[in-house]
Amino acid sequence: MATSSVSKGCFVFKPSAKKKKKTLSLESYFVQGCEDAESSETRFRLCQELWDKIKTDTEVLQDELNRKILDSLLDFTRKCSSTRQNIDWASQMRASEIPTAALMLGVNIPDHDMTFQSLSDMLKQSVSPHVASVQAKECGALKHLMKKVLERLMDTVVVVDDEDEEENVETSPRVHRSVHCSLGILCDWYAARTKKSATGTPGKKRSSQVRDEQQQPPVVIIFKDLEAFNPRVLQDFILICSQYIDRLPLTFIFGIATSPSTIQHMLPHSVSSLLCIELFQSLSCTQHLATVIDKLILTSHIAFKLNGKVMQVLIGVFLYHDFSVRNFIKGLQLALLEHFHSQPLSVLCCKKKKALFNVTQLSKPNLDRIRQLPSFKRYVEKQEAQEQVNLMTDDSHLKEVCQQLIKDLHKYHKNYYPILRCLHTLTSSLPRYPLGKQIRELHLICLANNVWENEDYQSAMKLVKMLAKGELVSLLQKCVEILQLSKSKKMKNALVQLEELLARFKQLDTATEMTPTVEASIASPIKNLRKKTDLFQLQKTLLEMNESRRAKRLSPFENLRNEALEFIDNLVKSHLSPPESQPLYEVCYYSSSTTVRRHLNATPRTSIQAALSNPYHYLQNDSLKSEDGTVSNAAPDICIAYKLHLECGRLINLYDWLEAYSTVVLAAEGNDPDSEHFGKVDEVKHARFIRAVSELEFLGFIKSTKQKTDHVARLTWGGC
Amino acid sequence: MTALLQHPGYDEERLKGVAEKLPCREVQAEMLLSLMGQPHQYSYPSILIYGHRASGKSHVMHVLMKELELPHATVSCVECVSIALLFEQVLLSFFGCDAASLLPRSPSLSDFVRVYRQQCSQSPAKQTRYIVMEKAELLRDTDASLLSALLRLQELVGDNVTVILLSEIAWDKFRPNTGCFEPLLLHFPDYSKSELQQILSQNVHPSYSAGFYSAYINILLGVFYSVCRDLRELRHLAALNFSKFCEPLAEGKVKETDTHKLWKHIEPHLKKAMQTVYLREVSSLQWEQMQQMEEKEAGALRGLSAHTHVELPYYSKFLLIAAYLASYNPARTDKRFFLKHHGKIRKTNFLKKNEKTSNHLLGPKPFPLDRLLAIFYSVVDSRVAPTASIFSQISSLVTLQLLAQVSHDDQLDAPKYKCAVSLDFICAISRTVNFDIVKYLYDFL
Repeated sequence: MATSSVSKGCFVFKPSAKKKKKTLSLESYFVQGCEDAESSETRFRLCQELWDKIKTDTEVLQDELNRKILDSLLDFTRKCSSTRQNIDWASQMRASEIPTAALMLGVNIPDHDMTFQSLSDMLKQSVSPHVASVQAKECGALKHLMKKVLERLMDTVVVVDDEDEEENVETSPRVHRSVHCSLGILCDWYAARTKKSATGTPGKKRSSQVRDEQQQPPVVIIFKDLEAFNPRVLQDFILICSQYIDRLPLTFIFGIATSPSTIQHMLPHSVSSLLCIELFQSLSCTQHLATVIDKLILTSHIAFKLNGKVMQVLIGVFLYHDFSVRNFIKGLQLALLEHFHSQPLSVLCCKKKKALFNVTQLSKPNLDRIRQLPSFKRYVEKQEAQEQVNLMTDDSHLKEVCQQLIKDLHKYHKNYYPILRCLHTLTSSLPRYPLGKQIRELHLICLANNVWENEDYQSAMKLVKMLAKGELVSLLQKCVEILQLSKSKKMKNALVQLEELLARFKQLDTATEMTPTVEASIASPIKNLRKKTDLFQLQKTLLEMNESRRAKRLSPFENLRNEALEFIDNLVKSHLSPPESQPLYEVCYYSSSTTVRRHLNATPRTSIQAALSNPYHYLQNDSLKSEDGTVSNAAPDICIAYKLHLECGRLINLYDWLEAYSTVVLAAEGNDPDSEHFGKVDEVKHARFIRAVSELEFLGFIKSTKQKTDHVARLTWGGC
Repeated sequence: MTALLQHPGYDEERLKGVAEKLPCREVQAEMLLSLMGQPHQYSYPSILIYGHRASGKSHVMHVLMKELELPHATVSCVECVSIALLFEQVLLSFFGCDAASLLPRSPSLSDFVRVYRQQCSQSPAKQTRYIVMEKAELLRDTDASLLSALLRLQELVGDNVTVILLSEIAWDKFRPNTGCFEPLLLHFPDYSKSELQQILSQNVHPSYSAGFYSAYINILLGVFYSVCRDLRELRHLAALNFSKFCEPLAEGKVKETDTHKLWKHIEPHLKKAMQTVYLREVSSLQWEQMQQMEEKEAGALRGLSAHTHVELPYYSKFLLIAAYLASYNPARTDKRFFLKHHGKIRKTNFLKKNEKTSNHLLGPKPFPLDRLLAIFYSVVDSRVAPTASIFSQISSLVTLQLLAQVSHDDQLDAPKYKCAVSLDFICAISRTVNFDIVKYLYDFL
């Protein structure tokens, strides 16, 4: 920046006010590098709306799922504080144990935070204001644990209660002389607090009645991750707490990720006998995921969809790597963002009315993009010649057609999910689960290709045919219930038909059949069969039986059953076609599974190796282009050194390495191999080599070794 | 028996009170009193009282101090996370708040002695002052000089003060290398069966006769004495099971004196208690609820160790399996298990002598990360990219305490681990992924 000053020196340039304001908002981040900048604003808004909806939905869902266990935990804490107050003989004689809830949460640690957050919120709301949660990583020593507990307990109350301002002033210096924090102080503080609330200062606004009723609200300490705690620290803390239990109504909550026997591993009998442990089992994470998928993915309310491969990646990450529902939703968010960011046509990915409106607003380039869509091309090819020309040239006609197509797409979704659920109810209880146990598996099959062409589908249908009448009827009844929820016209028709079928099944009950005689005729060869041991005879009878069965006239039940199955089969064929068959499906479906995989499941090692063995991949410099497996000699030093070290064994002689390196570099400089200086290593090259070697050491490919002084050891496999 | 407790310098009435509150510990109390001497006399500088848990050490000290109204400070060493806290508590109970606040921020031993001397000159001791330190074995972990200083505190501060250490550990394990002043040792032996009977029978339920309760205690001790002599636990168990014992009485089936029938009724129940509530498999609260429930329902309640099943992500399972194999197989046998053409290796002549003993008896051995990954890649059936989440799964297995990191946390280069799960656990895990682990374990070859 220029100054008008004549003198030399340092000048401070304060940034102008305008510049300062220009901190990038979320939106401008989104717009940056976005395809088709015009519509980016609307897309950003749509994206945010959708994400907000997904977020609130998941939160509601989580609360609902956790409600049961949280309620029982709340009951537990309440019960503990009430039993403490009664004074009969037994409770006097009993050793005073600290009531402890062992909360089994499963190994998906990232999800626990939310549970604990809502737990402590609810506890504060309805049971006791004194709640402190601690994590293992902040409590390396007893001192720290003590300090954290005291700070959280006493501070939270201070913050919540305005009237305790004076007390705050009084206590804070004591707390902040952190060395002197002991539970004794906490006891005094607690006694002062409860006395205060017992006398009941008149000016209290908040829901203090609850607290007045039970004048001894428990002090709850939540240990979020029990496994990670130092056992020693925990034991000492429990020992100390047990000494104060008669003055301070403590309650512990242990968050356990593995199994409750961890408590026994961590605490000796002398300590665990001070606790009164009750077990609480939370919902398993797979069930949790199933609900999330059910409510977020398998619904027509949310316009944004994932295609089969992306779903597979997300579910794979969940099942194979972390079991974390939170990460699954993060993955969904990533896909959502990527979709709206990279696909200009995603303006149409919203509610039907809005989408229809957005179609009319489409710009010329976007209309061309629609024409380019593979699904649209397929659609055009099916039309007549004149119509084809119209679609490719007339913009307004295209808009009209698009509106119709969008409507069709929405209808497709409205029909797809109920039928998917019906098919799932029919097949989920079959032996060996040909179409999967979980609905998500069936969904994946349907997303991939026509489900009715699948072998598993056919075998599943065969198995359904073998179901007993009662089972079949009850399954169909469930299907009716599912269809009742849907509002689309086609589904209502299907519902009527299905109900008719069911009614006919019931009629069968009333009319008694001739079937017994038929059964008897089948039974007789079976009886014969038992008598015979001859293999040939056996084969013959079996063949005969098969013949007779084929020839046998179908009973009314079998007729009806076949009819019902045909009906289901037709429904499946008309509604469960994969989304790729729908024109304009690209608008709603996100399909780049590689992007998602790259972001969620990073492979640092592979990328480093790619960078070293193929520098062109990252540098995009034409001189670095090379054939498979070789490195051009113009590559960066580290790449050359890396390439050379790959050829060595476990121990690498540094001098040989240097020689090889300088040969390659000299060749790169275009020196004549026969010249006098060739093969001599000058200082610059030496330094460059040393730098490359130390970089490799830093990246963890080699390390120095004590076996031979002038050698380094290779750390990767493959050499020897 | 109360006659034993006669000591010049103390009020007779009070001594009587003491004797009543200390059943079966008269001898020890007498001994202590004679060591303490008369209130104004100088006492021995330090006394170590040792004995098992719940053998009445703290109780005796507490009663003596309280009943005879002696000036004392009781400090629990677990609670003293820093020595500052210890000093503060002592000064607080001897000289009041002002003295405690005289200590600097992180006081040293000499600060304490200085403040003590200063205060002591203002209010010299008319009686012996006592510092009672519970769980004194923890003093060994603190600064080495603290214990030696406390043992001769009388000399240091020039005051009539006696330090009484209470511990479950004998003095031999205390003695510092440098040597120190030897305290007087006083051993509290365990209560005998009859003594336990006598003490427990004192807590009679108000609505039942003493004889009846004593009979109950007799039955209880008959079952539990062989496994538990801890007075506190026994009292707890007695309280938990008494209602069940009274059940036939309330139903009117049995009279109070019919001990045999009562025994028949309660005995299986107590046996069950020994396996569940005594081990804290079932919490006391649940135990009480169970008693109220019907017999068949009660069976449904499972103890803590019954839940051993842990759900893990797919690759975590394989990582754990690989870790188990690496821990329990000698590294030289990896070739045999994981290479296709390994040739035949006979077990007997292939091994060194020490490897012939079962590896499962020796416990898990540490292995480097490389070996874990190499086994992992050959064990898992599909091709797995070495993604960041594979590595993060290893560290989360460590936080879950299924693996243990052997090398120091700071060692980034080739960290070492141990597998910390049992054979049963790993068998259950490998069954869920259809992996026959026994085929890969050297011990079961």
